[in-house]
Amino acid sequence: MSSHEYTPSSKFGKWFNDRLPLLTLANHLTDYPTPKNLNYWWTFGGILTFCLITQIITGLVLAMHYIAHADLAFGSVEHIMRDVNYGWLIRYVHANGASMFFLAVYIHIFRALYYGSYKSPREIIWIIGMLIYFLMMATAFLGYVLPWGQMSFWGATVITNLFSAIPLVGESITHWLWGGYSVDNPTLTRFFSLHYLFPFLILGLVILHIWALHVPGNNNPIGIDIKKPSNDTVPFHPYIVIKDIFALLIFLIIFAFFVFFSPNILGHSDNYIEANPLVTPAHIVPEWYLLPFYAILRSIPDKLLGVIAMFAAIFVLVILPWLDTSKVRSALFRPIYKQFYWFLVADVLILGYMGAMPAEGIYLLIARVATAYYFIHFLIILPILGRKERTLNVPLSITEPVLGGMPNPSMAKAKSDKVKINSLG
Amino acid sequence: MSDSDKKKPNRRDFILTATTAAGAVGVGAAVWPLIDQMNPDASVKALASTEVDISSVQPGQSITVLWRGKPVFIKHRTQEEIEEARKVNLKELKHPEKDEDRAKKPEWLVTLGICTHLGCVPLTNKGDYEGGWFCPCHGSHYDTSGRIRSGPAPTNLEIPEYTFVDSNTIKIG
Repeated sequence: MSSHEYTPSSKFGKWFNDRLPLLTLANHLTDYPTPKNLNYWWTFGGILTFCLITQIITGLVLAMHYIAHADLAFGSVEHIMRDVNYGWLIRYVHANGASMFFLAVYIHIFRALYYGSYKSPREIIWIIGMLIYFLMMATAFLGYVLPWGQMSFWGATVITNLFSAIPLVGESITHWLWGGYSVDNPTLTRFFSLHYLFPFLILGLVILHIWALHVPGNNNPIGIDIKKPSNDTVPFHPYIVIKDIFALLIFLIIFAFFVFFSPNILGHSDNYIEANPLVTPAHIVPEWYLLPFYAILRSIPDKLLGVIAMFAAIFVLVILPWLDTSKVRSALFRPIYKQFYWFLVADVLILGYMGAMPAEGIYLLIARVATAYYFIHFLIILPILGRKERTLNVPLSITEPVLGGMPNPSMAKAKSDKVKINSLG
Repeated sequence: MSDSDKKKPNRRDFILTATTAAGAVGVGAAVWPLIDQMNPDASVKALASTEVDISSVQPGQSITVLWRGKPVFIKHRTQEEIEEARKVNLKELKHPEKDEDRAKKPEWLVTLGICTHLGCVPLTNKGDYEGGWFCPCHGSHYDTSGRIRSGPAPTNLEIPEYTFVDSNTIKIG
């Protein structure tokens, strides 16, 4: 997007670049003008890329030792843990890596919600992001089935049975998904195949996500359109690269804590019992990152409507750019939206907690209220708020609030000196 | 930048170099498990030796056993075969080795059943040498001591590490 035409300095570089403009791409990625006020919430894009690559590499390695067969899968996972050199480490990185991936993606999504990053002209970035999120959930679910423990087996049974809610063809669809009349070996082998495929689909979508991002450029904490390049921007390298790496290192410390000190805390001990089609564990819960949707599913007292509500909870996010009618992006200038934003954060956390609790009594009641509020937020509050809310004045540029609109820092200093004198006087 | 700046690294250069070095060590430590996982694992190493009962192998007979996924020939040689193997002039051999150095007990020959050419399994009691081996892939002939006599194979059949646990049992590996 840089305005100048890039020409490689070496003769070979020019020859190569004329045929395949990789160097132009590399130049674009280093020079790429980035808003200079990006805060640490913006580092999660890089962290997520790291997570995806980590999952692909560790997954590739695990697939070298794993056996996708109903009789052998459970044993092969234990073989990885006990026999394979560093197998315990690679499996724990992969299993906890999934949780870390979702932790980062939730922060990334909630950052976009706070700063209005999904609004025009970034709707396509947002929709691709939601596709990635949906594929991530599918991939995580498929992967969780592979160790063929009790939670794997019954999780697979429960989730595939969601499709049996579809009228008329529901049963045929579940049999088609299973390749039989219950979750069994054909289910396991196809889940393994798809679990291997999906990350590469995600990778492709991530490339499109970044491509779409580089058309309008990054949103920023004050959510205004900026001139690029200008004194509101800094080049991606080294400024953003260094900041992203620093944030990644902090993230890796948390990641390493889980891997080395409590590798099983995010899993369920029932999954260390081999799958048994005759006994269901007493308390079935999905992994933590799927709990809010699980709570929505359970709070509707009708099989089909529950499934519809669960998928609708994701679909309202997809159409969010058209539900939020406010022209102002950042919540910094939307005092009422800011409050509703935190209500939504609390609502999703409550849903997550209710998803982990048994679906009875007070838990069920709270889950129902939280489910209702989730949809009210997106379908009623946001469309009305965009029209009614009195927003604060939005600065014309990133430098304006600091420099008083003056592009020259020395002028700003003079101005602040004056302020000091005034206050003294 | 003046000349003295170029010669003397300043504090910033030191920090950059130290950070890069620490980062390189970290990346190396993270990559090593990904490489080492492809090495033979504990369950494979646990099978690194095999014990074989040879009490039922009659003179002139040969058995093939599996050791580390590879065939091993255990041949109970007859007196004539031993004499045949020992009277060969070493100068005639492509890979000169004395039969005495290849068999711990003269009546028992233990060799890897893998042609040293390209890894096929030679056929027992076939080829130009009585009681020897012939590799059907590319036509290598081995004698009754498992030594290469003609054909493309460069060296004699390999002798694995083995010991006689007692008179009826061989431990390979």
